Amino acid sequence: MPATGIPPKSWRRHDAVAWPWPRATLFLVFALGIWVSASGLVDSIVTYREDIVYLTKQHLVLVVSSGTAAILVGLPVGIWLSRPSMERYAETVMQVFNIGTTIPTLAVVALSMTLLGIGFPPAFFGLFVASLLPIVRNTYAGLLTVPSHLKEAATGMGMTRRQILWRIELPNALYVIFSGIRTALAINVGTTPLAFLIGGGGLGELIFTGIDLMDTGMLLAGAIPTAALAVAVDFLMGQAQLHLIPKGVNPLR
Amino acid sequence: MIRLEDLTKIFRTPNGDVVAADRVNMEVPEGEICILLGPSGCGKTTALKMINRLIPPTSGKIYLDGKDTSGLDDIELRRNIGYVIQQIGLFPNMTIEENICVVPRLLNWDAKRAANRAAELLDLVGLDARQYLKRFPKELSGGQQQRVGVIRALAADPPVMLMDEPFGAIDPINREIIQDEFLKMQSEMKKTIMFVSHDIDEAVKMGDKVAIFRAGKIEQYASPDRILAHPSNEFVADFVGADRTLKRLRLLTAEQVARSDAPITSRSTKIDDARQALSGAKARIAVVIDSDHRPVGFVTAEEMTGASGTVRDLAHPLPATVPIRADLRAVVSEMFAQDTMWLACTDDQGRFAGVISQPDVTAALQATYARDRNTPEKLEAS
Repeated sequence: MPATGIPPKSWRRHDAVAWPWPRATLFLVFALGIWVSASGLVDSIVTYREDIVYLTKQHLVLVVSSGTAAILVGLPVGIWLSRPSMERYAETVMQVFNIGTTIPTLAVVALSMTLLGIGFPPAFFGLFVASLLPIVRNTYAGLLTVPSHLKEAATGMGMTRRQILWRIELPNALYVIFSGIRTALAINVGTTPLAFLIGGGGLGELIFTGIDLMDTGMLLAGAIPTAALAVAVDFLMGQAQLHLIPKGVNPLR
Repeated sequence: MIRLEDLTKIFRTPNGDVVAADRVNMEVPEGEICILLGPSGCGKTTALKMINRLIPPTSGKIYLDGKDTSGLDDIELRRNIGYVIQQIGLFPNMTIEENICVVPRLLNWDAKRAANRAAELLDLVGLDARQYLKRFPKELSGGQQQRVGVIRALAADPPVMLMDEPFGAIDPINREIIQDEFLKMQSEMKKTIMFVSHDIDEAVKMGDKVAIFRAGKIEQYASPDRILAHPSNEFVADFVGADRTLKRLRLLTAEQVARSDAPITSRSTKIDDARQALSGAKARIAVVIDSDHRPVGFVTAEEMTGASGTVRDLAHPLPATVPIRADLRAVVSEMFAQDTMWLACTDDQGRFAGVISQPDVTAALQATYARDRNTPEKLEAS
């Protein structure tokens, strides 16, 4: 997953416009295969219907709340780091963030449990931290890659700093920023099942319990919705990236 | 009018101070183009950018239309100065219309007025407004983008424009075309323009005045012709090049040099009459014209001596003709190509307009030197 910059032309169009279909098809084939080989499982999955609905809600609350919080915090931090006044410290701060990225998300979740105990707060916090990094990194890098002659032209034409940020820098960095958000949400959705381990609930409850009990039906009752959710979120983000970013700065259009 | 007074910029670097502009004094009169010319790192761009404070001056004053700008707010000042940069700097996230309307909108024009202005300006540079207003910069060719870059700076009709190598990124053919277009626009707009270039040919073509910079100082500030004819020192002479006299050919047109009273004759004229007319005019050659007054050939005095009949029998075809409005560089080039000492000139309708000869050309170039030797001060002032 490219954290920064615009992907090379050869695959970028394929990646975002046409991607849902190959992956969705794969997913369907996969699901179908399971169903055919072990059709008895379908019944046992269906018995968990109420659990699935309840836990999916919990799961979604975790994803949406921690993801939104990460965007709301990550964007301003990225913008702030990219300001000329921060030039001297920004790289150091980004190094700290980069080291943070190398910590496995399971470790992040475990660490937040030691700080905040068990339940929703540590799960929320762990997911928030894990998804914060790509957003900050891409916002910062995206703003820095806006060509300096654009800023010079804008300054020379009499725009204020605020106008330059809103009308020139952010629109021109939007594609990279959006890629960061997309990466962050992918990490977020993928990590959320771990929330169960620290009492945060969610679909992880079915997955891990299913593993412990060697109950494949239970396991799949958690795994299939988790996978579907991940695909759906990535699809939505891809569509948003395609349609929300203005044509002039959108390499996909 | 732009006036710089003792404008100085000192960059403080870890390796010591660097003087990028050293007490620059100059004045660009209302409606003229002044080219700042020099090798890279000579301070020309620094001088330009101090005017709209992209680079804050260390000391000195800048006057626009006689008013000291130091009291003005940066933003206010910049919105009243047109600014064109080499990289064009069109905003990729905005349509052509939005790009052109940036300054008008900053100045709170209403949307309709700004949109009308954008369409009007696009038409001015020969781009169809209906077709281009809603496009994005990446959908335009380099030349088209450069045109939009220029008209964007003109959008709010600022009296003063700063142009930093505005045509530097275009191929030579398109550059010539855009330069001509711009000169045509300027002849109507009469903006006061400060223009950075490193190309002496561009400076000679575009500039009413040229300022040659070296190491932050102005070496010479004068008309292009004066700089080419009388470089004030070795550096300027080197910079404008050993062929500087040839460059001056561009500054004169055939019209200024050609003899419009050169003898003419027609095909049906008797040779005797033609010969007498030639000796009366003390000339060796007569141009033969047809009934539409178009030059079609020539006869020489030698060949007519002792001959009889009409001019038709002795006339030679003309090797080539040149438009009377062509510059002398084109004329001389044609002479060399045809291996001839003289050429007939034609007006816009193709009618005979005079004869231009190599001695006339060299005399015209020499005249500036002779005249300037007598009255250098007067020319400096003009």
